[in-house]
Amino acid sequence: MNATTSPTLTPIVKLLMRNHIWVFLALTIVVFSSASPYFLTVNNLGNVLTQAAFIGILAIGMTMVMIDGEIDLSVGAILALASALAIGLQDHIGIWPAVFAGFLSGAALGFLNGTLVALSGMHSFIVTLGGLIGIRGLVFIYTGEDALMVSDFSYTDYPEIYLGPVSLTAMIFFGLALFFQWVLSSTRHGRETYAVGDNIEAAHDAGINIKRHKIINFTLCGALAAVAGILLSMRLGTAEPNAGKVWELWTIIAVVLGGTRLKGGYGSLWMTIGGVLTLAVLRNGLRLLNTPNYVELMVMGSVLILALFIDKLLSRREA
Amino acid sequence: MQTDLKAFLRRHGLLAGFALFLIGVALIADGFLTPGNIFDVLRQVSITGVMAIGVTFVVITGRLDLSVGSMLTLLTVIVVDQHNVAGPGLAIALTLVAGIGIGMVNGVLVGLFGLNALIVTLAMLSFLQGLVLFYSGGSNVNVQNAQSTWFAVFGRRDLFGVPVPALIFLITAIVAAFLLNRTIFGRQVFAVGGNETAARFSGIGARWTVFRAYALSGLTTAVAAIIMGSRVMGAQNTIGQGYELTVLAGVILGGTSLLGGSGSIWRTVLGIAMLGFIQNGLLLLGYPYYVQWLVTWAVIILAVWIDLGAKRGRILA
Repeated sequence: MNATTSPTLTPIVKLLMRNHIWVFLALTIVVFSSASPYFLTVNNLGNVLTQAAFIGILAIGMTMVMIDGEIDLSVGAILALASALAIGLQDHIGIWPAVFAGFLSGAALGFLNGTLVALSGMHSFIVTLGGLIGIRGLVFIYTGEDALMVSDFSYTDYPEIYLGPVSLTAMIFFGLALFFQWVLSSTRHGRETYAVGDNIEAAHDAGINIKRHKIINFTLCGALAAVAGILLSMRLGTAEPNAGKVWELWTIIAVVLGGTRLKGGYGSLWMTIGGVLTLAVLRNGLRLLNTPNYVELMVMGSVLILALFIDKLLSRREA
Repeated sequence: MQTDLKAFLRRHGLLAGFALFLIGVALIADGFLTPGNIFDVLRQVSITGVMAIGVTFVVITGRLDLSVGSMLTLLTVIVVDQHNVAGPGLAIALTLVAGIGIGMVNGVLVGLFGLNALIVTLAMLSFLQGLVLFYSGGSNVNVQNAQSTWFAVFGRRDLFGVPVPALIFLITAIVAAFLLNRTIFGRQVFAVGGNETAARFSGIGARWTVFRAYALSGLTTAVAAIIMGSRVMGAQNTIGQGYELTVLAGVILGGTSLLGGSGSIWRTVLGIAMLGFIQNGLLLLGYPYYVQWLVTWAVIILAVWIDLGAKRGRILA
């Protein structure tokens, strides 16, 4: 504890604290590996990656939106709608057009969210809270109250492509995460994202078209949610109207756990990947240990608050 | 004259729109604006309504409380379970204490430690749901002597022809309005939400004000849980899931700003009542129950946008 009380931190401690999520991830992996013989197996770790991918893909869009200083609560509902359309339209227009329609619905709803935020000046929390409620209504109107099922089960074979233990779903997650990390760190749009989130007025004065910028990020967020929904429909072969319920909350938990700040201007997809993997490892490890469901929920809550304390400690030190 | 109309609409546009909606539905659907149906709606909205009143205090301080849904589940499980063990009187007392206690935990983390409200209450949402499963062991609980207990009064009985839960909602609203508008605590809540730094420099204990607002939100959720337990005479492990969003939708619809510093109890009551009458009206008109969600979406966006546009003087940002 000496390090935290001394006025200047050594660079290595600083680096570790800045990337606390990866330290935490390493710790959980060590703990679960010693606690369960089934944890550190190639098969299980492959499973963890696949399980992480769905929340992970949602978290990519959420990270972009959150660095902007906004939030998107509608991702769970968008995921459900895209998955329902991808399955429900297959019999009418064929598999790939249906998948495309699902994708388009997500992008369109994201565009709608972004446009409403940009044009009205309402807080995105309100806009997307409305969206969460309304889009879920759309899902139910489309599916009725029963799950839709694929008629041609070859559809569920698409994600069954493996590179070693890594499924196609997981590869898509990492591919997308890497691509958007590149967007954030190496493109004009990425730099603008940090600028807008850090100081919106300065960004405006610097000539950034803030409305257009936010609409783009919300559209990306919606489109990514649709991708997660389509992959989920391929994995399950069914689309439940209640799919993805409260996933927006898990997504926010994963992103914040990684260290991206709700206030905007700070964060990265490296952090988000760390948060997503930590969440998945915790869930998987606790289940392997046969702990009851409530432990998982309570651990998650506690870890999240712990992460907030660490973040507060860090930002105070930097100030 | 025209500016008078504008000023009136600016202030009471929501009410006017709501009145139009009521009249419109009443013209098409039979039995909409009858005392029986109105009381039914009030009975239905009383649970979210009581919760929304406490949450309004938190929102006016510029914070959020997403934990109230899980909290409602936990407290309903507690009141129903303790009813079988300790009897209704003790069960109610215990539930109220537990509600305030959980609210105080939120208050310590957000108010005293200054952690982000959204994340803390999100963490509590998860934690409390875990606590529910821990407490109940995953099984549903039921009141054993549902036919004979006086506990039924809170959710199932009428007083002077008015449903008791609606009366509880009304009384809670009156007490809360007094608290918000006529007491020092109420002034402090507005001050903290309006400009926290200024409030702090004026010697207002901003941290403790936030702490108290969360404790109050816990208390109203406990009252809601008592109504819920009495109405259902049982509790499933997910009984309150999603309530935090409905509650927040009602508060926002009422026009309380998420940025803090403005809002009122009667507007929250109006917002919650609107959600209830929209749901009821659409059902009476024969739409499937999920169509109300679509309408709620549109109403939230329009109401908040128009409200914001009126304050700003133009509709586009």
